Amino acid sequence: MKPSIRDAFPVLARAGFHYLDSAAMAQVPSAVVEAVAKHDLAARANVHRGLHELARRADDAYDGARRSVARFLSAAEDEVVFTGGCTLALNMAALALGEGLRPGDRVVVSEAEHHSNLLPWRMLARRRGFEVVALAVGGDGRLRLDDLGLIDERCRVVAVTHASNVTGAVTDIPRLAEAAHGVGAVLVVDGAQRVPHGPVDPRALGADLYAFAGHKAYGPTGVGVLWGRRERLAALPPVLWGGGMVGAVGPDEAEPLDPPQRFEAGTPPVAQAVGLGVALDWMGGLDWTEVRTRETQLTRRLIAGLGALDRVRVVGPPDLEARLPVVSFVAEGCHPHDLAHLLAEHGVAVRGGAHCARPLMAALGLEDGCVRASLAPYSNRADVEALLYALDKAIKVLR
Amino acid sequence: MSEELYQQAIKDLAAVPSRRLAAPDAGATLDNPLCGDTVSLDLQLERGRITGLGHGAKGCLLCKAAATVAAQLAVGMDAAAASGLADRVSAMLKQGAEPAFPVLAAFQAVAPYKSRHGCVLLPFKALAKAVASAPPVTPDLDDPDSSRSG
Repeated sequence: MKPSIRDAFPVLARAGFHYLDSAAMAQVPSAVVEAVAKHDLAARANVHRGLHELARRADDAYDGARRSVARFLSAAEDEVVFTGGCTLALNMAALALGEGLRPGDRVVVSEAEHHSNLLPWRMLARRRGFEVVALAVGGDGRLRLDDLGLIDERCRVVAVTHASNVTGAVTDIPRLAEAAHGVGAVLVVDGAQRVPHGPVDPRALGADLYAFAGHKAYGPTGVGVLWGRRERLAALPPVLWGGGMVGAVGPDEAEPLDPPQRFEAGTPPVAQAVGLGVALDWMGGLDWTEVRTRETQLTRRLIAGLGALDRVRVVGPPDLEARLPVVSFVAEGCHPHDLAHLLAEHGVAVRGGAHCARPLMAALGLEDGCVRASLAPYSNRADVEALLYALDKAIKVLR
Repeated sequence: MSEELYQQAIKDLAAVPSRRLAAPDAGATLDNPLCGDTVSLDLQLERGRITGLGHGAKGCLLCKAAATVAAQLAVGMDAAAASGLADRVSAMLKQGAEPAFPVLAAFQAVAPYKSRHGCVLLPFKALAKAVASAPPVTPDLDDPDSSRSG
């Protein structure tokens, strides 16, 4: 019998356990854990520095991981920068692009951004004097793209999420790419939430820079990726300095290497990158048509089930178009944190709170935040039914 | 189980209406970044003793209930005693200490849930912060007790 996707994740075999918090941290397949352990036991050495046998093995493994990422993104290997995570990748993008920004310039973000793609720009704007403005979201949490007047001749950067970590709404990136490139702006895309749901081609989408995290894509923690078009990366300055990223070093200056090494100062997360490569290869081997069909069925059932509960309201798109299997909700009279706690008592893991997206909470009028259930290819009908059952019980306790 | 956590006593405490003071002598606002709870406390003080307390709590049921209790307990306390409440509640939650006041017993059920300790502690930490922000007490030379805390 063909093994199920779920079989690859031993933690999910626990009886009465229903993991619906994948948008915060995806579970990791055994193959990834084994690859990381195998690397550290048999090929642990620094990369691109040593000449001994372990160093050669480490180089091969690290370069192989970069090839896996490139394959997943339909990109070239030298367009893939390994970082310590998605937050670091987005901060690096902001710092590198911010070098060229000055008063009078504009960066356009959106109200749907995770703090990781908002605060770096805001903090940089204070120092550099440019402005940061946000595209509004509608009541359904989708970006309102009918009026893109904010993306005008002052705009130098558009930085948006590919998919909301709260509502699951997928952004129309090609539409924003057209607007951004129309005024000569760079398009930075936060792919943290979208990447766990299948291979992405950021170049075809129109992105100039694209970031994602390993731990949300069934890989290890402590690793992320910043992809950039070759010509775009080549035009950016380094933002972190140290070993491994410079050529000649004189008394007053240092010559940065070409990308991607230019952006990988210091010892990179080698074993984690190896694990991420295995995770993305695993993803690449899935039948995504089948996975998406199942995820859509589960999302439909979840939205319908939530709607059938007393005074429970789905936050975000009520439909199944252009959305991820990430569904947030509020229950009148019940604080999200209390609900998340009670659901955990029933073995259902969700997240309650503001989800590092305070501007979105404000825009949607969610003063107390919301509860988020986030699915992954390993989620099943039992997970959804357990959530709906436990939620009904939790609401009765709290009201 | 958590039904004990959300016992009626906690729900009743959380439902007590809160009010802010119009002209406080001191105050503080504190956030819990984990869950987004926010507690604001206003104090009226007389010679270092809390004579009036207003508060507003935006947060989960445990946080709101704890804010009600913090407000009830603090009135009549001097600065040191009010500031020390956070440590006493913390000791109850983290080290299994007996409740310093009977009303705190309702929160003993929170002890096994480390991730919720912050919800209960937030109002007490806000109280300590508010007390610390109070202007220094000017010694009353006619009152032999004015330089001592009660």
